[in-house]
Amino acid sequence: MLNFTDGIGKRLMAAALGVTLAAGSIAPAFAASQLLNVSYDPTRELYKDFNAAFQKHWKAEGGDDVTIRQSHGGSGAQARSVIDGLDADVVTLALESDINAIQKTGKIKEDWRTRLPNNASPYTSTIVFLVRKGNPKGIKNWGDLVKGDVQIVTPNPKTSGGARWNYLAAWAWANEEFKGDQDKIKAYISDLYKRAPVLDTGARGSTVTFAQRQIGDVLLAWENEAYLAGEEFGKDAFDIVVPPISILAEPPVAVVDSVVDAKGTRKVAEAYLQYLYSDEGQNIAAKHFYRPSKREVVKPELLKQLPDIKLVTIDDPLFGGWKKAQPEHFGDGGIFDQIYKPGAK
Amino acid sequence: MSDNRRTFRNPADESLVTKILLVGLTLVFLAFFLFLPLVSVFVEAFREGWVTYEEALVEPDAWAAIQLTLTVAAIAVPLNVIFGVAAAWAIAKFEFKGKAFLITLIDLPFSISPVISGLVYVLLFGSASVLGPWLKTYGIEILFAVPGIVLATVFVTFPFVARELIPLMQDQGTGDEEAALSLGASGWQTFWYVTLPNVKWGLLYGVLLCNARAMGEFGAVSVVSGRIRGLTNTMPLHVEILYNEYNMVAAFAVASLLALLALVTLALKTLLELRFGAGAAGGRH
Repeated sequence: MLNFTDGIGKRLMAAALGVTLAAGSIAPAFAASQLLNVSYDPTRELYKDFNAAFQKHWKAEGGDDVTIRQSHGGSGAQARSVIDGLDADVVTLALESDINAIQKTGKIKEDWRTRLPNNASPYTSTIVFLVRKGNPKGIKNWGDLVKGDVQIVTPNPKTSGGARWNYLAAWAWANEEFKGDQDKIKAYISDLYKRAPVLDTGARGSTVTFAQRQIGDVLLAWENEAYLAGEEFGKDAFDIVVPPISILAEPPVAVVDSVVDAKGTRKVAEAYLQYLYSDEGQNIAAKHFYRPSKREVVKPELLKQLPDIKLVTIDDPLFGGWKKAQPEHFGDGGIFDQIYKPGAK
Repeated sequence: MSDNRRTFRNPADESLVTKILLVGLTLVFLAFFLFLPLVSVFVEAFREGWVTYEEALVEPDAWAAIQLTLTVAAIAVPLNVIFGVAAAWAIAKFEFKGKAFLITLIDLPFSISPVISGLVYVLLFGSASVLGPWLKTYGIEILFAVPGIVLATVFVTFPFVARELIPLMQDQGTGDEEAALSLGASGWQTFWYVTLPNVKWGLLYGVLLCNARAMGEFGAVSVVSGRIRGLTNTMPLHVEILYNEYNMVAAFAVASLLALLALVTLALKTLLELRFGAGAAGGRH
């Protein structure tokens, strides 16, 4: 009996020791030269490569041994964490509006979008189609998505950034096809979403639905996600179809001013983001199927997999920027709410 | 009707068909809902052999997640043992105002969603709170760091020890303690030599449950963790990340280790039961 109570005493001592050890090991980790890059889901593989390249570059330039930590999640949720106090030195998110949300708290200065070239987007991406091997339904363009019994897989535009780009890309095609006839465009978008058997909450979820659970004939996906799925699930399982027209997505990056000033990491954080625009940074982005902003510095064989197509931007008068497009299309009672009724046939 | 039943039937005296049906149903249910999923975790983890399995676990981020999970459990479980024993002791052995309220309070973490348990700490220690920025000026990080994860884990696992001990202690009454006190023992001696030994098996069981949940907690921890790889990722969070990276084998390798920790916990409990007799674990309740 006494042994047992002694055991508790020992256990408490061990625990106390554990606390001290843990506290001791955490403190220096924060003090060393370290960057935290808070990013969104599909960039994991990209930044794994890029971080290694930057560490080497920074050392060669006479810098110290910089460690770069990564945090990934849904773009909106990640912005929320930074607002709540996650000490990101740099944010590399999916949407301009997510960085704007952080900027509103004062953690990022207002001019962030002009501090780096190309609207602070070192790489861009677009929406393409991932279809089953051999393209059995003959899908080549946006119009083919609403032919016959084609079923599409896309995440929910209410919750997913990627899904909004899908929707806007379809809209951009329909606008050209129907010469701006609003009723015809809405009828097309409505038909499109009736063909989605399931709307996942995020882009990765949709990829898994299509690739692993084998649901649907075509996945509307980020170009880089489509290639990644091809690599992960075997190149003989899917084909990638790049439509002649799509949307230009510009995932932006920014230094979090309040954090780098407090930690004294501004110099290395700024160098880190600038290195994304370097020859090596651009080639790494292209290797991971992001469209480089400086095509001229990228190896031709990497560019071959990212064919030139017509890309409509969000700032096109058709959409009028995120500030206008967000409430108009995706807000409560917006166009998406009007045309999409779950379960309606 | 009741007149015909004057002699009591043996309660297990069902027809053979009923017996087979019931036992079969139970076994099928267990196989499908418990055994198969568990086995599939291990099958998937070892699909590419032992070397890949080992590599997945010693990979620096995975290893950091394992260490963090063990550290968090090593802090949270002892804390909850102290809180749990103190709370159960007060509730079972003493009468005071607000006792019912205290019991409700202890049950609170069971009844609210883990996501909310996490969000509570975001509200308390986030950038928009009063406490968070104040602590930060002194260099103390709570949210998106280990202390926040520990706090959320302590909160979620708070009821396990107390809930295990309260019915047991209430059942035992205060007779032993009164005897000890009347024989001249001090309050501390009474607690250490009488109360605690009486509940040790219940306590051990509570500790095991508490530990299992502390290591496995996902919801609350995911809210306060910030998901920084190699720093604030616990094992359950790391499993999800690996899975989303299409890294199935590594995901299931970490998952299998987590499952293994739970199985070891269960084995430990069974071993103790066998060694110290059937009445041991679970106490006298």
